[in-house]
Amino acid sequence: MNRKLAVVAFAGALALAGCSSDLPDSGSAGTSTTSKQNAAKSEFFDQAEYERQLKFRSAKAVDLDGDNSQFKPWQQALDPKMVDTAKYAKPGGGYHLCFSNASVDNPWRQVGWKTMQEEVKLHPEITKFSTLDAEAKDDKQISDIQSFASQGCSALIVSPNTTATLTPAVEAACKTGVPVIVFDRGVKTNCPVTFIHPIGGFAFGADGAEFLKEKVPSGGKVLALRILPGVDVLEQRWAAANEIFAGSGLKVVGVEFTDGDAAKTKSIVNDYIQREGKIDGVWMDAGATAVAAVEAFQDAGTALPAIVGEDQQDFLRMWAKEKLTAVAPTYPTYQWRTPVIAALRILQGKQVPQEWVLPQPKVTQETLQNYIKDEMPPLHYAMCGCDQMPGYPQPWK
Amino acid sequence: MTRWRPRLADGTAPVLVVLVVLLVALAFAGPAYSEPAGYLALLKRAAPLVILAIGQYFVVVSGGFDLSVGSLVTAEVVIAARLISGDDGNTAWVIALLLGFGVLVGLVNGLITTKLLVPSFIVTLGMLLVLDGAVFLWTGGAPRGALSPSFRVFGRGSVDLPLLGAVPWSVLILLAVLVAAVLFMRSGTGRTLLAVGDNENAVRLAGGRVERLRLLAFVLSGVLAALAAILLAGFAGVSAQVGQGLEFRAITAVVLGGVLLGGGRGSVVAAAAGALSLEALFSLLNLVGVSGALESAVQGVIIIAAVAYAAHGAGLRQRFRPRKAAPSLP
Repeated sequence: MNRKLAVVAFAGALALAGCSSDLPDSGSAGTSTTSKQNAAKSEFFDQAEYERQLKFRSAKAVDLDGDNSQFKPWQQALDPKMVDTAKYAKPGGGYHLCFSNASVDNPWRQVGWKTMQEEVKLHPEITKFSTLDAEAKDDKQISDIQSFASQGCSALIVSPNTTATLTPAVEAACKTGVPVIVFDRGVKTNCPVTFIHPIGGFAFGADGAEFLKEKVPSGGKVLALRILPGVDVLEQRWAAANEIFAGSGLKVVGVEFTDGDAAKTKSIVNDYIQREGKIDGVWMDAGATAVAAVEAFQDAGTALPAIVGEDQQDFLRMWAKEKLTAVAPTYPTYQWRTPVIAALRILQGKQVPQEWVLPQPKVTQETLQNYIKDEMPPLHYAMCGCDQMPGYPQPWK
Repeated sequence: MTRWRPRLADGTAPVLVVLVVLLVALAFAGPAYSEPAGYLALLKRAAPLVILAIGQYFVVVSGGFDLSVGSLVTAEVVIAARLISGDDGNTAWVIALLLGFGVLVGLVNGLITTKLLVPSFIVTLGMLLVLDGAVFLWTGGAPRGALSPSFRVFGRGSVDLPLLGAVPWSVLILLAVLVAAVLFMRSGTGRTLLAVGDNENAVRLAGGRVERLRLLAFVLSGVLAALAAILLAGFAGVSAQVGQGLEFRAITAVVLGGVLLGGGRGSVVAAAAGALSLEALFSLLNLVGVSGALESAVQGVIIIAAVAYAAHGAGLRQRFRPRKAAPSLP
């Protein structure tokens, strides 16, 4: 009865506010907030790739030179298929490394970019390091890559802005005979000597969803918060989580987009707490607004849920302080070290994996304290593999 | 001396009706709204937008636009985090500096509009881009530093009042701003400001200082944007996206409040009610399970419908009235 009245009142309100009934249908973007236990599979779901990534999570990472004495995941690979690089060998040092960067417009890329610069400093055989920032524009990156062709690069590292659009530019660069190394997002060609990336979005999404499945009792209410639709890495994370939730007995009460905005996140979570009374778990496709989500629970005075965050310092600190039930899957920033290492291996004629899959660890209750760095800024990503580097911590502050 | 009675300016009533309907609807839609605490939480959340809308009202009613408030909010939040860097000792002077920066941006907007005679739409659009670019250049997309707990109190904390219980700071600040704004609009200066939007030449011929009033409107908008930024940062913490789209929300709110774009008509209470209605509407949409992606669509429909209503509604009402004045449409 109440529900009906609300609908009537709501319709009246809409009419008064000047809204007509020709608003776009809400279901189209997959944002319907009603709970669906058998939610349709996302169009981004790829069963084979999903299984491959889940398998990678338990694969043993191998150090390419057989030195497994230390935890240095940025120089390890999962299930590597090595390729010969003798034709690129250029012994004697004096290397000129070139890097075409997609952008540095978010904290994750900022941390990664600083880490890469420090990695370069570790190697005296690199005498020149040229870099061009594409400022998140495909056309700029295409011309950046072209301009490197005439600069005498010993090796070219590319972090593509988008996959399909940059493919021809990378292919053209391969044809100049310079070894090309691609990392982070990929391209649709096999011409780069190596493609470096962590396991991927399916594994990331699954890590969080499995944690909630384990910690939230069956029938518990889970709210999924996503940044925005249509970005393939983020879509993969949600597709995996959706897959796991579907068979879990958990009730997904809402899937909402936050735009990565803390205030919006807080409002959405607040609304859900009021609507559902209690939320037992919060799944997020990226941790940037995890702190805001937890604050919404604090401000509402309700029990804190089991939550999936990421390895940013502000979240890790809150996790420790509030004794959260939490997990932080990571998309490790230490992958920015690997392209430099790979470039040197190639120039020395050592083998590298054709597809260099890096381990993708998660921060758990047991390992939390290792990753809390009180001197670092709140948006610093802990999984940078940088805390043993000589310049640490100044450049990252 | 003067007898006091509640006066509602022309055009205030419809938005108040909308607001009441929305609030009642909220009570049906969400159990939390069956008690005052739910509405207090809504007010707390809406406070920054309402304050922004009040600032925007001053500019709109005097015949201008202020599109720079969204990026000003972002700039303020990023500056605050950087300068405070988590230290409570810095809170007081940083707040003063933030308000000062708001005044400065308002002054620049106002001076360029009035002295260089550039339309305010263009001036503030330029300011939006300048601030956006400057923030990006300075932070590289990743704001550094942190806010102190004492800074966040204003947006997040509550104060215990006798009789009322815990009332959020932001609600008290909002009330203070609203009362001040109402008193200002009833003063001679406020009335002249409204007249500037209606007929600039008449005000000038009557000896009013048009430029100075316009300037004042921009400064008020700037300083209120700074205040909104302090509340928003307190509410949600540091983010480089915090101000995105706020300028359009504020304008939607003002328009929803029946304030005439182009100036000269509308009340500040209605503008504030418009902002609150907008926030209540979004809460309601969320509570009944309508996708958040619809927000911008709803906003767009409101702007168009409200302006259309303002343009034709007056004429329609006149037509249905018995005789006398003919519709005064141009």
